Amino acid sequence: MAVTTEASSPLQLRAVVKTFARGKDAVHALDGVDLEITAGKVTGLLGPDGAGKTTLMRLAAGLLRPSSGSVTVLGRDLGRGAGSLQQAIGYMPQRFGLYEDLSVQENLDLYSDLQDLDPKAARQRQQELLELTALGPFGRRRAGDLSGGMKQKLGLACALLRAPQLLLLDEPTVGVDPIARRELWQIVDALRRQGTTVLMSTSYFDEAERCDEILLLNAGKILQQGPLPHFTAPLRGRCFLVRHRGLRRRLLREALQGRAGVLDARITAAGVRVLSGQGQPSAQPGEEWQAVEPAFEDAFVALLGRVQEGGATNASKTPEQGAVKPAEKAIGRAGDGDTAVVEVHDLRKCFGSFEAVRQCSFTVRQGEIFGLLGANGAGKTTTFRMLCGLLPASSGSLKVAGVDMRRATSAARGRIGYVAQKFALYGNLSVDQNLAFFAAAYGLRGGHRRMAIANAREEFQLAAYGAVNADDLPLGIKQRLALACALLHEPPILFLDEPTSGVDPLARREFWQRINALAAQGVTILITTHFMDEAEYCDRLVLMSLGEILAQGSPAQLRQQARTAEQPEPTMEEAFIRLIEEHERVIRRAS
Amino acid sequence: MLARVWALVIKEFLAILRDKKSRFVLIGPPLIQLLVFGYAATFDLNHIPYAVYNQDPGYASRQLLGYFQGSTAFRQVATVTDEGQIAPLIDDEKVLLVLQIGPRFTEDLLRHRPAPVQVLIDGRNSNTATLALNYVNSVLLRFDQRWAADHHWGKPPAQLLVRAWFNPNLLSRWFIVPGIVALLMLVVTLLVTGLSVAREREQGTFDQLLVTPMTPAEILLGKALPGIFIGALEGTFIALVAVFWFGVPLVGSILALALGMLLFLLAAVGIGLMISSLAVTQQQGLLGAFLFLVPAIILSGFATPIANMPELVQDLTLANPMRYFLVIVRGVFLQGDSIPELWSQYWPLAIIAGLSMTAAAWLFRHRLQ
Repeated sequence: MAVTTEASSPLQLRAVVKTFARGKDAVHALDGVDLEITAGKVTGLLGPDGAGKTTLMRLAAGLLRPSSGSVTVLGRDLGRGAGSLQQAIGYMPQRFGLYEDLSVQENLDLYSDLQDLDPKAARQRQQELLELTALGPFGRRRAGDLSGGMKQKLGLACALLRAPQLLLLDEPTVGVDPIARRELWQIVDALRRQGTTVLMSTSYFDEAERCDEILLLNAGKILQQGPLPHFTAPLRGRCFLVRHRGLRRRLLREALQGRAGVLDARITAAGVRVLSGQGQPSAQPGEEWQAVEPAFEDAFVALLGRVQEGGATNASKTPEQGAVKPAEKAIGRAGDGDTAVVEVHDLRKCFGSFEAVRQCSFTVRQGEIFGLLGANGAGKTTTFRMLCGLLPASSGSLKVAGVDMRRATSAARGRIGYVAQKFALYGNLSVDQNLAFFAAAYGLRGGHRRMAIANAREEFQLAAYGAVNADDLPLGIKQRLALACALLHEPPILFLDEPTSGVDPLARREFWQRINALAAQGVTILITTHFMDEAEYCDRLVLMSLGEILAQGSPAQLRQQARTAEQPEPTMEEAFIRLIEEHERVIRRAS
Repeated sequence: MLARVWALVIKEFLAILRDKKSRFVLIGPPLIQLLVFGYAATFDLNHIPYAVYNQDPGYASRQLLGYFQGSTAFRQVATVTDEGQIAPLIDDEKVLLVLQIGPRFTEDLLRHRPAPVQVLIDGRNSNTATLALNYVNSVLLRFDQRWAADHHWGKPPAQLLVRAWFNPNLLSRWFIVPGIVALLMLVVTLLVTGLSVAREREQGTFDQLLVTPMTPAEILLGKALPGIFIGALEGTFIALVAVFWFGVPLVGSILALALGMLLFLLAAVGIGLMISSLAVTQQQGLLGAFLFLVPAIILSGFATPIANMPELVQDLTLANPMRYFLVIVRGVFLQGDSIPELWSQYWPLAIIAGLSMTAAAWLFRHRLQ
């Protein structure tokens, strides 16, 4: 039974099936999974929402028992006597259980004690980890006061206290800004050099490319496993970069998406990236086609797009076909895009002595997609809440559609749509009930309401989920429902607060296609995000850090600002890191 | 405007009724509490355990003890033959009281001399001790009257003729069960409304609600109506159980009771929403509700009379809606009150309701972040 390499693999799954009962139905979270992880390598686990990533992690950590099949960790079967194995595994769940009222050091001490470490050895290990995570200067800070990225790093440090042979990281970089993400990767790289085997799930493609091996999971089954070239090689000759001198990238993308032979078209810094079914599709005059190396994202779309073809979530077709109508009013009101819809001047917000937002000024014109980018705690959400009238501003002026939302009449409030962070929906109400409630809350009546709900069900493909409770929906569908609810009353201005956080890559691109379609119809869209690649979809954006605006302009202008000799063509992510580091240097010099 | 409020009301009901746990919370605990309080919460003593230390060989003491044995209120559990046995019996709570009859009891009585009977009683629970002593006194009084009649001592000069109004048999259940109507209505409405805003804040849906065209007044109305409806349903049900199951008479005007219920519910819902809009999480909402509930019940006159409290505390009870509603419930049930007699209770309730509702609506938007 034991074949050559198997003995050395720290994690093996054999015909593992895991089912959960949801009401009367049994859900197959994992459905016959066979895999083994290579020792001493970093393996990336990718897949859409509900693919079974977290279930796999929890099985490997010994927190769940497989319904059938066997899980072997470090040469031992988890089914029997797994107690001592826990010490050799480090596991960091999506939200690590930090005690927010304890300081960084106290958290480390507590976890050292819980893991029964020798106090002397623990001290030394803690020092090493504090160095590795660069958390040393924050030893006495309350864990609850740390930024999202620092919390993740502390969680990781706690999981590493015992120097595990196998480290399981469940989406460690979700909701973490680029700087903290880079630091987390430095830690992972250091562990790789020490020979630790790491299995980490992620929804970032660039992270997948940094892994030694990639594991692509879909609907509880393994779609493909192997190193990066394994995924990209078959796509050679099918990836192109298209530029057009006269056309804006968004319009170009739309034109390309509809063309025969094009599987997928997405906006990047350099132009529009196209994945074709076979060879180069026909070019139109003015377009400049250039063959490029395939990336993992192309493989992801190619593999999963094929799986889901014909299914309800066909990402590439929806928005173009189903004419999203909400904006007709907006178009009728003002023709060109020069009217300022949102004006913010010298906005400031203090919570006690803490200045969450300061000297914030920007203008958003009609029909724009306007992005607020920034690290966790940069003040994006606070700014949004002030714009929507949920928070009073400490000083400064702000106008949305000509009025201050804080003092707005209910009619004025009817002109905005708002999708809150984490999709605020009524969890134990069904999809239909949520739609019906928000339709009525926005004052729609009778036939108008029925039509709005029917349209939303159709356009957002929610009909199949009509009777499902909002809590039980996969995150991607929740996002669709939240957007549908916010658009029922066809608002000319839409606020989206981190609408793509935690949503899988396919749902994210589908979401952006909808947003593009809305903008094309004249809806003004304000959006916050910490996915830097999404910044490319925005017409203009502001970059925020520590409550201040660091830079604003079009994505190209922002990248321009960060251009240096060694980085002539920085990506948005590199630009972001550079601008923030520069800013912090200025602050440090000033103080 | 009405359509929006109506939508919110429907949503609130759906949110409560679609959740198995909250459905149970509305039906299970109140029913259990009603039965438990209805049967268990009583001031009447039954089967008081007692011991006898009878040193008297005569027939008078046996006759006296016969009175105790014949009463359902008393139950003899031990016979003491030596003084040393008394203390352990009381210390270990085996008996509540010990009757000690001296060696000359019969002789003294026959000689027309005062014949003392000693009662040793466990005073740890002063309320029970006082009640038990009352019972012992009334038994002794009956024995005295009988003895006087049998031995031709003549009648005592003054006689007490007691007639209790409103509750002729002085059943404490008649006093307590109407109080439970108030108690459970308060508990249920506070739980329903105390969590409603907090739950939405926790899930982030409250922000979503605030950016819709709904005004705070509409949200308030939409949040208050389900609480009032559920509270009224619960109150009516308990009142019916009180009348038809526990046999408490309802002699007053039902309209007066309904008006009282409505005002009381408005006040309770207002306070619940106020607590809820102050809370950030459901847990805080629940804690807040209980922080209010316990003093509200103790300072309401539900169990202990307000007149017995220190004056400062008595002033404090003026802000307690349950205090007024208890007067209304008991007045309507036992006293046969109608609306005009209860004006003095209605208007303070209305003021509390108005103030708490206004505060809640204001807090929706202006709570310190």
